[in-house]
Amino acid sequence: MNNLLSLITFLPLLGAAVLLILLRGNDEMAQRNAKWIAMGVTVATFLVSLVMLSEFDPGNPDFQMVDQYDWIAGLTYKMGVDGISILFVMLTTLLMPIVIGASWKVEHRVKEYMIAFLLLETLMIGVFCALDLMLFYVFFEAGLIPMFLIIGIWGGKERVYASFKFFLYTLFGSVLMLVAMIYMWTQAGTTDIPTLMQFDFSSAPLDLMGWQIAGGAQMLLFLAFFASFAVKMPMWPVHTWLPDAHVQAPTAGSVVLAAILLKMGGYGFLRFSLPMFPVASFMMQDFIFFLSVAAIILTSLIALMQEDMKKLIAYSSIAHMGFVTMGIFAFNKQGLDGAIFQMISHGFVSGALFLGVGIIYDRMHTRQIEAYGGLVIRMPVYALFFMLFTMANVGLPGTSGFIGEFLTLVGAFQANTWVAAGATTGVILSAAYALWLYRRVVFGDLVKESLKTITDMSMREKSLMVPLLFATILLGVMPGLVLDLIGPSVNALMDNFNAATAHLIDATAVVAH
Amino acid sequence: MPTIILFAPLIGALIAGFGWRAIGEAGAQYLTTGLLFLSALLSWIVFFQHYEATETITIMSWVQSGTLSVDWAIRMDRLTQIMLVVVTTVSALVHLYSLGYMKDDPQWKEGESYKPRFFAYLSFFTFAMLALVTADNLLQMFFGWEGVGVASYLLIGFYYRKPSANAAAMKAFIVNRVGDFGFALGIFGIYMMTDSINLTDVFASAHHLAEAQMSFLGMTLNAAELLTFLLFIGAMGKSAQLFLHTWLPDAMEGPTPVSALIHAATMVTAGVFLVSRMSPLFEVAPATLTFVTVIGASTAFVAATIGLVQNDIKRVIAYSTMSQLGYMFAAAGVGVYQVAMFHLFTHAFFKAMLFLGAGSVITAMHHEQDMRNYGGLRKKIPYTFWAMLIGTLAITGVGIPLTTIGFAGFLSKDAIIESTYGAGTMVGNYAFWMLVIAAAMTAFYSWRLLFMTFFGAEKGDKHTHDHAHESPMVMIIPLAVLALGAIFAGMLWRPEFFGSNVEEWFNGAVFNHDLEHTLHAAHSVPLWVKVSPFVAMLGGFFMAWLFYVKAPGLPAAWAKRNHGLYQFLLNKWYFDELYDLIFVNPIKRLGSFLWKKGDGSVIDGALNGLALGIVPWFTRLTNRWQSGYVFTYAFAMIIGVGGLLTWFVLTGGAH
Repeated sequence: MNNLLSLITFLPLLGAAVLLILLRGNDEMAQRNAKWIAMGVTVATFLVSLVMLSEFDPGNPDFQMVDQYDWIAGLTYKMGVDGISILFVMLTTLLMPIVIGASWKVEHRVKEYMIAFLLLETLMIGVFCALDLMLFYVFFEAGLIPMFLIIGIWGGKERVYASFKFFLYTLFGSVLMLVAMIYMWTQAGTTDIPTLMQFDFSSAPLDLMGWQIAGGAQMLLFLAFFASFAVKMPMWPVHTWLPDAHVQAPTAGSVVLAAILLKMGGYGFLRFSLPMFPVASFMMQDFIFFLSVAAIILTSLIALMQEDMKKLIAYSSIAHMGFVTMGIFAFNKQGLDGAIFQMISHGFVSGALFLGVGIIYDRMHTRQIEAYGGLVIRMPVYALFFMLFTMANVGLPGTSGFIGEFLTLVGAFQANTWVAAGATTGVILSAAYALWLYRRVVFGDLVKESLKTITDMSMREKSLMVPLLFATILLGVMPGLVLDLIGPSVNALMDNFNAATAHLIDATAVVAH
Repeated sequence: MPTIILFAPLIGALIAGFGWRAIGEAGAQYLTTGLLFLSALLSWIVFFQHYEATETITIMSWVQSGTLSVDWAIRMDRLTQIMLVVVTTVSALVHLYSLGYMKDDPQWKEGESYKPRFFAYLSFFTFAMLALVTADNLLQMFFGWEGVGVASYLLIGFYYRKPSANAAAMKAFIVNRVGDFGFALGIFGIYMMTDSINLTDVFASAHHLAEAQMSFLGMTLNAAELLTFLLFIGAMGKSAQLFLHTWLPDAMEGPTPVSALIHAATMVTAGVFLVSRMSPLFEVAPATLTFVTVIGASTAFVAATIGLVQNDIKRVIAYSTMSQLGYMFAAAGVGVYQVAMFHLFTHAFFKAMLFLGAGSVITAMHHEQDMRNYGGLRKKIPYTFWAMLIGTLAITGVGIPLTTIGFAGFLSKDAIIESTYGAGTMVGNYAFWMLVIAAAMTAFYSWRLLFMTFFGAEKGDKHTHDHAHESPMVMIIPLAVLALGAIFAGMLWRPEFFGSNVEEWFNGAVFNHDLEHTLHAAHSVPLWVKVSPFVAMLGGFFMAWLFYVKAPGLPAAWAKRNHGLYQFLLNKWYFDELYDLIFVNPIKRLGSFLWKKGDGSVIDGALNGLALGIVPWFTRLTNRWQSGYVFTYAFAMIIGVGGLLTWFVLTGGAH
C-alpha cells in the first residue's frame, strides 16, 4: 500500500485548512502570508508529484500506486493512476504554482481566494486519481463549487450571470450522470472503476416506453455520461457557458478553467465512455464526429469576430477541444494519443494565453481588443511570449500544439475522410483568428495615449511564462516524453475496445459485402 | 557535416534573438552572418561530394504513435545537395547585404534595436528551409514548410508599424495555410495507404499506390493521383501558383533582402522542390502531372501579363518570380524534374540579384519604389546598373541560339520550353505556347524595368535624384557574387541537369519513368522550337525599347486606348477583389451570424427557454445578489452533494 496519491491529493487541502484555521486578520502581512503559504503548498505538491512520476512504471498499463480504504458506510476510497491519468495529475500540480503566482496582485479577500484555489487543486487531482465511481463523482461535482465561487466572488461585472450559466449547464449533466452511476452499481454490484472497465454492460436493444433503443442499456448510460462530459468539454452546442465564464473569471480562474477543468470531459470519455460503454461509443462515433467538426469550424468562425480577447481565446479553446473529441472517437492509436497530447498541450498553451491577457488587463483594465495596438513598441518581451504561444495555438510544428492536432487528424483521416478534411480547415481558421488578434493587439503603431506608459512584463510575470514556454517547446520537439508514458495504457484501452466492438465491425463488413 | 550546415543557422538565430544584449547588436549581426558563411562553405563542399546511395543521418526520434514513427533526420542525396547550396549561398549573401541595407533603416526611431531581430529571423528562416530540404520524412518537411511560413510572416511584417505590412504578413500566412490544408491531407492519406510517412517507405510503395483505390470524401479515387494532387495544393500555396498566388506581391512589404531570400530564391521554390522530391509518386500520377503542367504554364502566363504594367519596382520582380515558378512547375509537370531543378538553381542566382539590385536602387532613391520616379540612374549607381543588367540578361535568356553558351536563364529556361514541346502531349503544347509568350513578356517587363530605372530623363523628386548614391561594398559584393552565378551557373551545370550527366549526377534522387526517352525528345525538338524563345525574347526587348526609349509617349497612349485591358492587368486580374467577395466577406458575415444568432439567440435562447420556469426566479435573485450571497449558493450545492451521499449510504452503499 502506498499513500503517495492521497498525499498529493490532500496536501493542498491541508494547506487550505492551515489558512482557514491559523491565519487571522486581513492586514497586508496576513495577505502576504496567505499568498506565500499557498505558493509553498502548491510547490510542495508539485515536488511530491515528481516523486510519483519517478516511481511510476511506464511499461505497465495497469493502475499503479493504488491506495484503498473502506470509507463511510460501505463506500470505498480507492485511488490509483495509469499512464493517462498521471499526466493530468502532473499537469495540475505543475500549473497550480503558476496559477497562484498569477494571483499575486489579488487584494480582495486574499485568504479565501487562496483557500478556494487550494481546495480546487485537491478536487481536481482527486478526479484524476479516483478509482471508485462515488469518489469520482464527489470530486467531479465538488470541483464546481470552488470554481463557482472564484467566478462569483472575484469575477468581473457580470460574474453572477456567468456563474449561474455555468451552474445551470453542469447541473443537468451531473444529475443524469449520477442516475447512471447508480444504475451501473445495481448492475455490476460494485463501484470499483477498474472492475467496471472490464464489466460488460448489456448492449442488447432495449424497448423503453415504445421506443426502440439500439445499444440498449449501454447507450442510455453513455448518453447520461455524455450529458455531463459534453458540457465540461465543452462540445458544440453546449459550449456557450464557457466564453461567459472565462470573461468573468479572474485571470487565475481562467487559467485553471482552460488548462485543467476543460480536460475533465475528455478524461471522462477516456476513463468511462470508451472502456465501459464501447458498443454505445462505437455507435455514436458519427454523432460525436459531427459535433467535433462543428465545434472546430463554427467556433473558429465565431472566434474570428470577437472583440474581447478572453472570449476569442475561449472560443479558440472550444475549437481545440473539438480535436480532442474527434481524436478520442477515432478509436485508433493516433487519434487517442493525439487527443491526450492535445489536452496536455492545450493546458500549457491556453493557460499561457490567458495569463497573457491577464498581464495587459492588470495594466489597462480592459480586455477589448480595440483598446490596444502597438504593444510591441513598449512591451517587446511580452510580444515575444505572446507570439510564441500564438504560434503554438495555431499548431505550428515544433510546438506541442502541432503534435496533438496532427495525430488526431491522422487518426480521424483513417476513420472518416470527411471529418479529417472538415477539421483540417480549422488549421486555416485558427491562423486567421489568432494572427488577427495578434496584429490588432501587439502590432501596429502605438498611438493610443493610454498605452504610452505601459510597462513590459515584470520578473514575476516572466517567471510564470517561462515554464509554460519550456513545456510547449519541449513537448513539441520531444513528444515522446508524453507518448511513451501514455502508450501502454492507450494500447490496453484500444485492445479492450476493439475486443468489445469486434462483432460490430464484422457485422458491418458482412452487410457491406 | 550536414548536421553543422543545418544547425549553424539555428544557433545563430537563437543567440541573435535571445542573447544579443550579451554580444551587442553588431555581434549578433556578425555572428549570424559568419555562421551562414560557414554553412554555405560546407554546403559547397558537400555539393561536390558524390553519394553512392541516399544517406540518412538520424538526429533523434520525434513522433512515435503506433506504426507512425518519425525521426528528426537528414536525407542526403542530389536534391538535398542542390538545395543546400542554393539556400545557404543566397542566405549568406543576403545576410552580408543586410549588414549594409539595414544599417540606417528610416522605418525605425532613434534607439530602437531592430537589427538583431532581423538577423535572427533571417537565420531562423534559413534553418527552417534547411530542415525542409533535408527532411527524410513528410512530417519534418512539414515542420520546415510551416517554419519558413512563420519566418516569412515575421519578415513581411517586420515593419510592424505599417498596417499594410501587417496585412500582407497575415495574408501570406493564411493563404499558405490554405495550401498546407492540402499538404496535410496528403500526409494523412499517405500514412493511411502506406503505413509510413518516411520518404524511403513511401517511394517503395509508389507502385502499390498507382494500383490502389482509396475513398475520399465519398469518392473512390486512384490513390497516387489523389495524394499527389493534395500535395500539389501545398506546393501551389508555397510557390504562389495561380489561385493561391495573391500573397506573393503583397509580401513585397517586407524589407528587400527578405524578398530576395525568401520570396524569390528559396522559400517560394519549396513547392517545386516538393514535387521533385516526391517524383516517384508524381510519376505514377499522370492526371496530376497534367494538372501541374497546366497550372504552371498558366501561372507563368498570367503573372507575366500582370508584370507588364506594374509600376512598383519590387512588384514587377515579384510577378516575374511567380511567372518563373510557373516555368519550373511546367517542367516538373512534363516529367523533367531535373530541368525544373535546373531553373530553380539558376533562378535563385539571378532573381536574388535582381532583388538585391532593386534594393540598392531603393536605398539610393531614399526608399522610393515607384519606377515612374526613377530614370537616368545608370551613371549615379553604376555597379547596381551592371548587376541589374546582368540579371536582366540572365532572366530574359540571352545567349547564342543553338549553342550552350549564354546566361544562366538562357540555358535553363530554354530547356524547359524544349521539354514541354518534346513531351508531345496536348498539355505539353499548351505549356509550350504559354511559356514562349511568357518569355516575350518576361523580356518586355524586365527591360522596361531597366529602361525606366536607369535610362531616360530623371523623373520624380529632384532632391532625391541629386542625392542618389551607390551602395556600400557590403551590398555590392553579394551582387558581384550572384552575378557570377547568373552568368555561369547555366553553362557550367547544364550537362548535370539537362545534358549527358543527368542520370549519373542525380543518382536516383529523382525518379523518371523513362528519362532517356524524355530527354531525347526534349533535345530533338524542331529547330523553330529551339529558337522560338530567343525570338520571343528579342520581340519583347524590341517592344520595351520602343515603348520606353524610342517613343516614351507610347505607354500612356496605349493605356488610354486599351483602358479596360490596362485596368484589368493593373488590378492583377481582380483576384483580390474576387476573393474578398467570395471568401473573406462571407466568412466574416457567417462568423458574426453564428455568434450573435447561433450562440446568442438559438443556443442561449433555447437554454433560457428550457429553464423558463427558473430563469425569472434567478433573475430576480441576481438583482439582489451581492458577491457574499454566492456563498449561500455554493452552500446549497454542498448540501446537494452531501444529500446524495447520504442517500447512497442509506440505501446500503456499494457493497
